Amino acid sequence: MDRELTAWALALAQALLFIAAAPLLAGWLQRVKCHMQNRDAPAVWQPYRNLAKLLRKQMLLAENASWLFRAVPYIVFGAVLLAAAVVPLFAVHLPSAAIADMIVLVAFFALARFFTALAGLDIGTAFGGMGASREMMVAALAEPAMLMAVFTLSMTASTTNLSVATAYMLQAGLVLRPSFLFALLALAMVAVAETSRVPVDNPATHLELTMLHEAMILEYGGRHLALIEWASQIKLMIYSVLIIDFFFPWGIATDFSAMALAVGVIAVTAKLMLLAVVLVVWETVLAKMRLFRVPQFLGFALMLSLLAMLTHVVLETG
Amino acid sequence: MSATFGTPLLFAYAAVLCTLLSGAVSLLAVRSRPGFLHFGSFFFLFFSGAASIAAGGWTLLAKLTVTDHFALGLPWLDWHLRIDPLSGFFLVLLGTLAVAISLYGPSYTREFARGPAAQPLPPLGVFTALFVLGMQLMLLADDALVFMIFWEMMSLCGYFLVVYQHQHAANRQAAFLYLLLAHVGALVILLSFGVLAAFGGGLTFDQMRAAKLTPLWATLSFACAFLGFGTKAGMVPLHVWLPDAHPVAPSHISAMMSGAMIKMGIYGIVRVSFDLIGDVRWEWGMVVLIIGTASSLLGVLYALMQHDLKRLLAYHSVENIGIILMGLGMSMIFLGSGHKMLGTLGLVAALYHTINHALFKGLLFLGAGAVLYRTHERDLDHMGGLIHRMPVTAFLFLLGSVAISALPPFNGFVSEWLTFQTALQAPALENGLLRTMMPIAAALLALTGALAAACFVKAFGIAFLGKPRTRRVARAREVPVGMLGGMGLLATLCLLLGVFPTTVIEAMGPITQLLVHEALPSATAQGWLWLTPVSPQVASYSAPFVVAAMVVVFGLGYLFLKRGTAPARRVYAWDCGFGQLTQRMQYTSTAFSQPIRRVFGGVWKIEERVDTLASAGLIPRVTNLNYSLHTYDWSWLKCYVPIGRMVLAAANKIGFIQTGNIHTYLKFSFVTLLVFLWIVS
Repeated sequence: MDRELTAWALALAQALLFIAAAPLLAGWLQRVKCHMQNRDAPAVWQPYRNLAKLLRKQMLLAENASWLFRAVPYIVFGAVLLAAAVVPLFAVHLPSAAIADMIVLVAFFALARFFTALAGLDIGTAFGGMGASREMMVAALAEPAMLMAVFTLSMTASTTNLSVATAYMLQAGLVLRPSFLFALLALAMVAVAETSRVPVDNPATHLELTMLHEAMILEYGGRHLALIEWASQIKLMIYSVLIIDFFFPWGIATDFSAMALAVGVIAVTAKLMLLAVVLVVWETVLAKMRLFRVPQFLGFALMLSLLAMLTHVVLETG
Repeated sequence: MSATFGTPLLFAYAAVLCTLLSGAVSLLAVRSRPGFLHFGSFFFLFFSGAASIAAGGWTLLAKLTVTDHFALGLPWLDWHLRIDPLSGFFLVLLGTLAVAISLYGPSYTREFARGPAAQPLPPLGVFTALFVLGMQLMLLADDALVFMIFWEMMSLCGYFLVVYQHQHAANRQAAFLYLLLAHVGALVILLSFGVLAAFGGGLTFDQMRAAKLTPLWATLSFACAFLGFGTKAGMVPLHVWLPDAHPVAPSHISAMMSGAMIKMGIYGIVRVSFDLIGDVRWEWGMVVLIIGTASSLLGVLYALMQHDLKRLLAYHSVENIGIILMGLGMSMIFLGSGHKMLGTLGLVAALYHTINHALFKGLLFLGAGAVLYRTHERDLDHMGGLIHRMPVTAFLFLLGSVAISALPPFNGFVSEWLTFQTALQAPALENGLLRTMMPIAAALLALTGALAAACFVKAFGIAFLGKPRTRRVARAREVPVGMLGGMGLLATLCLLLGVFPTTVIEAMGPITQLLVHEALPSATAQGWLWLTPVSPQVASYSAPFVVAAMVVVFGLGYLFLKRGTAPARRVYAWDCGFGQLTQRMQYTSTAFSQPIRRVFGGVWKIEERVDTLASAGLIPRVTNLNYSLHTYDWSWLKCYVPIGRMVLAAANKIGFIQTGNIHTYLKFSFVTLLVFLWIVS
């Protein structure tokens, strides 16, 4: 009972750390990007300052906004929060992973997206409709690719429980599986699309022809915008941690001793910082794609994940 | 009279009696006294539904199977009736929808009592009652004769309900297509029963169960049953009648058809293949899985192209039937390969999705009906902004949309999740082909789910959000309490079935126990909070946690963010500084689905035309722009149109024997008679 209580307390701490650290990752990303592009960099704390500013501001609502528009930021934040609570950050075998498995995790993101798209349509401007329509198109292709990649991993580990799967990858050691290589590539491409990064979307622009996610949330301000921004930072971190958990889990704590936990935190911090650098290089060397090139990009991801699954079935089982 | 007589059957008889009374009372609903329909008929229908639920619920909870027979009809053919957990489950489904429409109907049918849409009322009440009666007695049937009689009653009454507003040619055409396919389906079902009866030596289901079939005959019988019941269920490519017929019926009937009638096809497939034939083969499962996957994907892709709200919902029925068939197919594959537990999981997923679809599709059709009732508009591109005018309807429709898009914590998600979990157990199979096919089917299910979400963002977003696009919609009012009650009941059930899946699966135990002699003890082993279909190590999901987390986020948001801050100020939406935005600048449903139309181009036959009218002059300016878009169903163009042409050509060919001379016809009859006599002797 005592152990179970510790475990739940750790799970709660992990979830809180997750949401607290997400803006920091965004800040680090921004900073590395600026350095890479020879620009003056803001402090890593800048995202926190932005959130604090937005939370203090007075709310402005468009004339036509309904109750749904006001409820959406909370629903989005809640869904992403739940997703953060089940992904192992620094320790496996935490009881919170049982709340939702990989498929439910994907569904949480789908829930957040569904309501964000509705909020885009609520005001009745062309921007919102455009963003919603394009986002749903991208999602329709990204979601199956993501699930297929996840299925490959879960069939290898014969579980869809995130914690159990991570523990399996950890004890399996460094085995080169061809299916994992394909799955990693597919998952990375999907992560780029789902977190609205270059080349699918550009989080830094408000140009009407290039934006997807930003178009949907154009009318938001104040605390609503803060919640949505925060949620997308958490989402970026979740995708990064997922890739780390599945493919590079070494260092994550398998028992609840202080030493193991400390190693887990340090390991995941180092890996996240490194992954952010990779993302920055990717975003710096690539240009934003035309909208109708995006289906090809995601189709490629889908093919990769299909290949991953076929290689798994043909080469690695039986 | 009765062999073994138990109380669930008494409730079932009470339900049948109430349905008959409901029909009888509506005979009195002449123009001057519409109250007999609004209150009398629906009053009895309510009790009929409640009694159905009681009968079915009792059988399920007490794990009972009760039989009875009557010496009715032909002297050597008794009527055999039986209620068991499977029919009880479908009775609960039917009863729930009957209760919902009996709350909804009294207000909704006012429209037909007077005004421009006035119709004679007695047919509506009578055929509704007979339609429900057909389904009730078909579920109770324990021999092929009774089954077919009431199956036909359901089909025929469905025809009269579809054609109820017969003044429109489109309605008559839709109803005829429905009737035609219903009868082709019924004929094939009859063949299937024929095979079983020949081997079993009789028409009762008990004799059929005992029949020893060779694999070939069993497959033949299954194929006929699958085709026949699949026509009623609306699987691709036999679905063409469905998107025409469901939208033109009155909305509460559409809800009944999409919610209950097409589920009777599923009932038939399960009854014949799992119960009567008994030993399912994995080859059948493969066919069912492929057809299910095709139905779900094509259903949702066609739905995305619709801008008629009810037609869009009808295509989603094709999609959801596909998902149910996927579950059934996987179940057959696992059972046929000797994995009983996994087969049970697939069956549970399929049946769970069956009741889920009944609930949310019923809700959505009733919601579409509510919009139709107030605005007389079915075209999405004429709606908009209804959330301000009809807030409760909008809220309930939103819940239905979330449920059908398979999003947590609603019921649609649970059954899709169970289907995914079944598919992920594919490594247990020995056959490499099956092992590959199932995860691919699962990936296509994921695609279907994502597209369904896109489609309902479109349906809800264009209809209820934004600004009104026509004046009629701008003046809409909220619908009466009764209609909201009917929808509210279904919406509540959608949430409950989503949040407490463990309880529902426990209650479904007797069905799988009956069909495959196996339950899912592992699914419910961890208590009501956790759903663990295989084992806690493999997968788990806890919907109550999801709801709790949402409540906490809203609570904290209110406490820390909202309380004490200045109220939000209302301002103009961002218009890029160009001045007033109009409602014509909003995205329409056609515009919304344009990217998807472009990505999945080959799935539809698309005819897109832009006509520009240029003014004369040195530099021509476009003065008028005309855009038209038509998307056609390939299966209609490539399958039905050629068949129709062939039938016509054949009819022309044999037309020469139609001389119009009575002597020739008598000669034909005489020769036919002789041939028959020769065959018989």
